[in-house]
Amino acid sequence: MAEGEAKVIDARGSYCPGPLMELIRAIQTEPVGTVLEVLSSDRASSNDIPEWVKKVGQEYLETVAEDGYWRVRVRRVK
Amino acid sequence: MGKRVVVVGGGVGGTIVANHLARKLGRELELGDLEITMISPDAQHFYQPGLLYVMFDLTRPEELSRSQASLLEPGIRLVQDWADHIDKDKGEVRTRAGQTFPYDFLLLATGSRPSPQLIPGLAEGGHLFYTLDGALKLREALFNFQGGKVVVTVGVPHKCPVAPLEVTFMLDAWFRQRGLRDKVELTYTYPIGRLHALEPVANWAVPQFAARDIHGETFFNLKEVDAKARQLTSIEGTTLPYDLLISVPPHQGAQVIIDSGVGDKGGWVPTGKHTLLMEGTDNVFVVGDTTNLPISKAGSTAHFEADVIADNLASRLQGYPGGRSYDGKVFCFVETGLEQATYVWFNFETPPNPVPPSQAIHWFKLAYNKAYWLTPKGVL
Ligand SMILES: Cc1cc2nc3c(=O)[nH]c(=O)nc-3n(C[C@H](O)[C@H](O)[C@H](O)COP(=O)(O)OP(=O)(O)OC[C@H]3O[C@@H](n4cnc5c(N)ncnc54)[C@H](O)[C@@H]3O)c2cc1C
Repeated sequence: MAEGEAKVIDARGSYCPGPLMELIRAIQTEPVGTVLEVLSSDRASSNDIPEWVKKVGQEYLETVAEDGYWRVRVRRVK
Repeated sequence: MGKRVVVVGGGVGGTIVANHLARKLGRELELGDLEITMISPDAQHFYQPGLLYVMFDLTRPEELSRSQASLLEPGIRLVQDWADHIDKDKGEVRTRAGQTFPYDFLLLATGSRPSPQLIPGLAEGGHLFYTLDGALKLREALFNFQGGKVVVTVGVPHKCPVAPLEVTFMLDAWFRQRGLRDKVELTYTYPIGRLHALEPVANWAVPQFAARDIHGETFFNLKEVDAKARQLTSIEGTTLPYDLLISVPPHQGAQVIIDSGVGDKGGWVPTGKHTLLMEGTDNVFVVGDTTNLPISKAGSTAHFEADVIADNLASRLQGYPGGRSYDGKVFCFVETGLEQATYVWFNFETPPNPVPPSQAIHWFKLAYNKAYWLTPKGVL
């Protein structure tokens, strides 16, 4: 899948279940190769998403600071 | 011909919206200018939170249900059947028995369902308390349990985000009551890096776990269950042995949502977070667990959303634009044992801030369990 076609998960304002849980939910249903972009208004996402992604052997790409939120990019590789 | 509103699903959200609407537009309903049809398979409306007590035989299942018809305002037509196909292009819903119901406005309120079949071995190797059948089997297993390793696992997504923590505290208290606690190793697992999605609840739980000798295993997403060897493996690569597995399985949306192509891959309907309209439509509202919103799947969520939808729907039916917006409000009681509870509320803008647990809040929750029937009626 091309970079431009990332699957966007808008988890802004989500205290529960929260951005990481939204990623866990979505990544399981997307095919290998998909880039997922989690939009999060919680600064902690820039730590806990990469931490989990590395633990499960998926690929963490980057975190981009936007206006009032973070865009955390991840690729499903297996 | 009058305007037709079709409600698919007679759980918390669907029932509140139908009743509010019938009351707001009672005259139109009486004159035949409005028809409200609810399609739902259940003759009985079941209060799901009560399942938490059924497994410990602290509540009998018979106390948790009432006839669906008795909860509906007069004038609402109840079709006791499954919706089989939702055709938003034609604007109609077909039922399993083959009836077709055209609509001007549709409400999708089909909820969520635990899907243990998504994890290999889980259905054979584990118990669940999220369904009546599961809770009754677990009740039997618990009353026969003589000690060993008890593990609680949590799938993503799941409804009622506090239930896994509540059940763990209740298990601890119950095993103590039965004089078995020293023979039980109690482990609670959670998908992310802390004990609960809500950070203050997670922080509060840490010393509680230590004081009660409950082992917390974070970053644990169940991959498979080896029922023969009684062993769990997570996608993070952790293995755990167990004697009694109590799981909150990952959930999916209703089959009809998947089959009709109106949901995403998990069966959740893409929904506007403030309008509660299905994306790309102007006449399909979505309530409760059915939405794809990144908020807690809980009865309280369904309730707050239902108030907004009913108001906007009443306006729309009268030719007005419908001015209410959903703010993401969620409220949850949290049982912290068999005799204490706390609560949290939050919305899209306001973070949660739980109050210290007390007996009074526990009593309030017990009282609400009895008063629940006023909620679907649209009174409380
Ligand atoms: C053990 C447990 C404890 C809980 N505790 C709490 C709590 O303390 N607080 C809280 O707020 N929430 C709690 N919940 C969650 C709460 O019960 C749900 O979030 C709530 O019921 C969601 O409401 P809903 O209207 O979206 O769906 P539901 O109430 O589940 O209703 C869905 C309805 O749709 C019907 N349906 C499904 N498919 C079809 C179809 N094809 N055609 C027609 N109808 C269909 C179903 O039969 C059902 O009647 C708990 C849940 C469980 C299981």
